[in-house]
Amino acid sequence: MEVKVKLFATLRDGRGKIVYIPFFDGITPAYILKHLNIRHEDVAILLVNGRDGEFEQKLLEEDYLSIFPPVGGG
Amino acid sequence: MYGYVGKILRVNLTDKVTTVEDLDEKLARKFIGGRGLATKMFADEVDPNINPFDEANKMIIATGPLTGTPTPTGGRYMVVTKSPLTGTIASSNSGGYWGPELKFAGYDMIILEGKSKEPCYLMIEDDKVEFRDASHVWGKVVSETTKQLETEAPEKSRILAIGPAGENLSKMAAIMNDYDRAAGRSGVGAVMGSKNLKAIVVRGSGKVEVADKEQLKAVVRDCNKKIRENGVTGQGLPAYGTAVLVNIINENGVFPTNNFQEAQFDKAEDTSGELLAEKYLVRKDPCYRCPIGCGRHCKVGDIEGGGPEYETIWAFGGDCGIDDLEEIIKANYWCNEMGIDTISVGATIACGMELYQKGYIKDADLDGVPLEFGNAKAIVEWTKRIGMREGLGDKMSEGSYRLADSYGVPELSMTVKKQEIPAYDPRAIQGQGLQYATSNRGGCHVRGYLISPEILGLPEKLDRFSLEGKAAWVKIFQDFTAFIDSSGLCLFTSFAMGAPDYAAMYNAVIGAEFDANDVLHAGDRIWNIERIFNLAAGVDPSQDTLPKRLLEDPIPSGPSKGNVARLSELLPEYYELRKWSTDGIPTDECKKELDL
Repeated sequence: MEVKVKLFATLRDGRGKIVYIPFFDGITPAYILKHLNIRHEDVAILLVNGRDGEFEQKLLEEDYLSIFPPVGGG
Repeated sequence: MYGYVGKILRVNLTDKVTTVEDLDEKLARKFIGGRGLATKMFADEVDPNINPFDEANKMIIATGPLTGTPTPTGGRYMVVTKSPLTGTIASSNSGGYWGPELKFAGYDMIILEGKSKEPCYLMIEDDKVEFRDASHVWGKVVSETTKQLETEAPEKSRILAIGPAGENLSKMAAIMNDYDRAAGRSGVGAVMGSKNLKAIVVRGSGKVEVADKEQLKAVVRDCNKKIRENGVTGQGLPAYGTAVLVNIINENGVFPTNNFQEAQFDKAEDTSGELLAEKYLVRKDPCYRCPIGCGRHCKVGDIEGGGPEYETIWAFGGDCGIDDLEEIIKANYWCNEMGIDTISVGATIACGMELYQKGYIKDADLDGVPLEFGNAKAIVEWTKRIGMREGLGDKMSEGSYRLADSYGVPELSMTVKKQEIPAYDPRAIQGQGLQYATSNRGGCHVRGYLISPEILGLPEKLDRFSLEGKAAWVKIFQDFTAFIDSSGLCLFTSFAMGAPDYAAMYNAVIGAEFDANDVLHAGDRIWNIERIFNLAAGVDPSQDTLPKRLLEDPIPSGPSKGNVARLSELLPEYYELRKWSTDGIPTDECKKELDL
């Protein structure tokens, strides 16, 4: 199983739009960010399955992340 | 006088007479300028029950005290009139360079009265004001009009104009300036068209005096630093413009799709801000003294111009089920040329698509261009037809409410007070829902941008599904925005700055002693004069509501599945916080506190 990680805006630079990280029991968004070399302060919006997520929450199989840097409004 | 230049240009289009009046500084300080002062003066001079196209309806084009000063984004102007779309007060705001030029010519505002017998335009060069024949540009699109008038005007003049949509009295017509900046919403362009006024050309040689130059320099340095260092205003908006929201809003499952039948669009990525920047962006196109520069200038084939903004991409994209960014850029271009609001036009086409889907609109009505969700070829063609009032475009030019109502199903129009709701599904952003329902100009996201705390986490992250504290947040955002809109600054500065920053700039420019509370208090006063005008115009509090679909039909799928807008649970608290009666009327206590 893999966790699908959708990256946006400048976070795509050098990483691509979608990254898959092997799932293991206890995997968290914080682990994934470290793995992708993304600092917490560069994350403005972290969504787990489209809902506000936490860095330290334990992910379940089938969960997906959407990660945005500080970007914008309209 | 500081900040204000102290003069009002009153233009009688019927008799072709102009007069210059002194600005009442006491009144100006009470209502700040721009949206606030113009609304106060409009309400004092115009019968709220006037037909918006009656020549006795007036139009005020007003700058704020910070317009034309060195403050960051100090270049806005506001158009205030009675809206033909909503029947409420209209106040549509635009950037670019026209607003400061009006102040450099020596005027804080222009009051337009009456109606010219023939198409005309106004040429203002400092104290020289002329009425000129506009028959040679009547019927022309905005860029042709602007180019032609540039040849007839002093160098470096700034031009504000309407396009064919304004001439044709489309209730969604905009006023355009500097080619592609728009005072977009509520049909203000149609009121200008009803007066046979095609354009206002302005050239000024003066400047705006400020109370404390040294203080202002320090405050501006501080504010510019905050804007540069903020992720949104310093990085996101400059790099991607507002279009970066496509993916953010869609990932949250609040990206209205197929006329709000769904809330997530599986092809949103194909219309994203990231793609826009990668493939179509020619350059940034910043407004006057703007350190952010969110404005885009994009090109597809031989189509090139300003935009598109996020809301435009949403309206012609997801809301119409369309994933073709090139056609969206073209539709945006044609809105600018026709001089028409991209949000309302896109949303009206989306409504037309649902009416077609459900069998109300027939193939025979469509002259070979089906209004089918996903039909990318429809959006440019129908935008032109709406602007020109051709075929069914005539009925659509009245906006989605009147279109859907003509088939007996007004509930298929996604509007508040007959104005199209923009690009955020309020069923799962509860504060934004309350904001839409109570906006004084009908469906609008920039009367209080609750997306900022509820989605983006600025100034702090709120749970978008929760009701707790939302009524108070909405009131504060609405009041704060009313002040910013009245000051002459751009609302986008508020991603990086707070009320104390605005107070500091205002104080240094005009020589006042405002603190953050004064900023909000002035905004509250402005909010209430708008409300009082609307009530007098017969827009009663029962219209503080949302389309039935958003109140009753849960979002069918995606991350926000199962939610509806819980407006009835928020509205009583909101009225109470505003010190309005339980049925939504400003109380005597409220008016007394606000000195109204």
